[in-house]
Amino acid sequence: MQVYLDNAATTKVDREVVLEMNKFMSEIYGNSSSIHSFGREALKHVDSARNSIASHFNALPSEIFFTSGGTESDNWAIKGVVNSAKQQVKHIIISKIEHPAVLETCDLLEKQGVLITRLDVDKFGMINLDELKRSINDNTLLVSIMFANNEIGTIQPIKEIGEICKKEGVLFHTDAVQAIDTQDIDVNYLNIDLMSFSSHKFYGPKGIGALYKRSGVKITPLISGGHQERGERAGTTPVELIVGMAKALDICAKNRFEINAKKIELRDNFIDKVLKNIPYTYLNGHKKKRLPGNINISFEFIEGESLLMMLDLFGIAVSSGSACASGALEASHVISALGVKEELAHSSIRFSMSKDTTIEEMNYVYEQLVIAVERLRKLSPLYIAT
Amino acid sequence: MYNEKILNEFKNPQNMGELKDANAIGTAGNAKCGDILQIFLKIEDDIIVDASFKTFGCVAAIASSSIATKMVIGKNIDEALNLKNSEVVEELEGMPPQKIHCSVLAEEAIKKAVEDYKNKN
Repeated sequence: MQVYLDNAATTKVDREVVLEMNKFMSEIYGNSSSIHSFGREALKHVDSARNSIASHFNALPSEIFFTSGGTESDNWAIKGVVNSAKQQVKHIIISKIEHPAVLETCDLLEKQGVLITRLDVDKFGMINLDELKRSINDNTLLVSIMFANNEIGTIQPIKEIGEICKKEGVLFHTDAVQAIDTQDIDVNYLNIDLMSFSSHKFYGPKGIGALYKRSGVKITPLISGGHQERGERAGTTPVELIVGMAKALDICAKNRFEINAKKIELRDNFIDKVLKNIPYTYLNGHKKKRLPGNINISFEFIEGESLLMMLDLFGIAVSSGSACASGALEASHVISALGVKEELAHSSIRFSMSKDTTIEEMNYVYEQLVIAVERLRKLSPLYIAT
Repeated sequence: MYNEKILNEFKNPQNMGELKDANAIGTAGNAKCGDILQIFLKIEDDIIVDASFKTFGCVAAIASSSIATKMVIGKNIDEALNLKNSEVVEELEGMPPQKIHCSVLAEEAIKKAVEDYKNKN
């Protein structure tokens, strides 16, 4: 049996999406910037995809800008705000558990003189709203807090953050890459000014995403070289990718309620079973305010990468927050920020479900997990020591 | 990222667990950095007659431990002291650069075990 539980890394493209995209590679293949009929036909579909995507977020079509994905959107939103601001002292607020696309962009800006505040999170991965309020000052340009965390699935109080930012007159960007398929997002209700997302996290193709930018918000372009996207983002419009992303979003929205309910049940049952039956296991993240498909558990005395690879031998694909798994020397910055022992950060495994994950698959994963954990603990010098 | 040899060593590690009649133990690494290697040796007349390991660590750490125990069995303690991490890597037919420290830990644990024996005798 093969079970893919790494859907937070990427998802399988929906069949309907593939069929739709094929049409745009072999039939409607014109460059949407061309003025001849081939181009005009392609443009028609790009426009309709833009309309459809905007409507899912209660945004205007003119507020959606296509990019190559989440990383580019994050980079653009943050650097764009900083570069277009005239003031001398520039200040940005982020959290310590942001995606590297946000964290490292801010590290870079910091070296260039931008002031960065990195908010702590509590043991569940939630930021503190009072700390956010206290951190905003006259120089603050932007607050960038992710909608939901990619490793531990914790969902931030986005509405409250949006309200604070609006009241204080600072821009609010959210990296919503992990949230799009399961969360209902209305950018106006939530007071979001900028939002990044990526198609391959919700059963669409890789290499396409978008930045939502509220009209009136000024950001300088990141990529120059053409007039595409109203002169804001150069580069030939990838029609088939855009159409694919729009289709994928439609499908997600249609079945969101039922799929979320199913995933939450599978998630909570799996978590309960593991925590109850496998000793020395700890849930990372929030029990309830977490993405329906996210499970992140630390298995004490075991290094995460070896557990990942042993599950791989059983046909199960997961991911780990261990240093080894990422090629870095330190364990996951997210798990470490929760204040858990560093050893436990090395021992964390993320199981991320898709809309198609079944109970049979989760039962199989549980059975193999018990075997793998036992085998690796027998090997562990730490296990005997306790 | 891992070659077949390392994956096979990880799949079927040899000399696992605590050696009951070990007369030398060496430990390298720490849990904070994510790797602990423990090597058990049974030494008779300065010859390593048996070896085993316990490891908290990644695939490379487990494979390095397993292969290192195989490499030192039958050697005398001075030969074992001279075991280089590069020989461990060579025996595993290469290792990703960021994992080389695992082979260093194997070398270190073997050396500490031999020193442990020398101190006792």
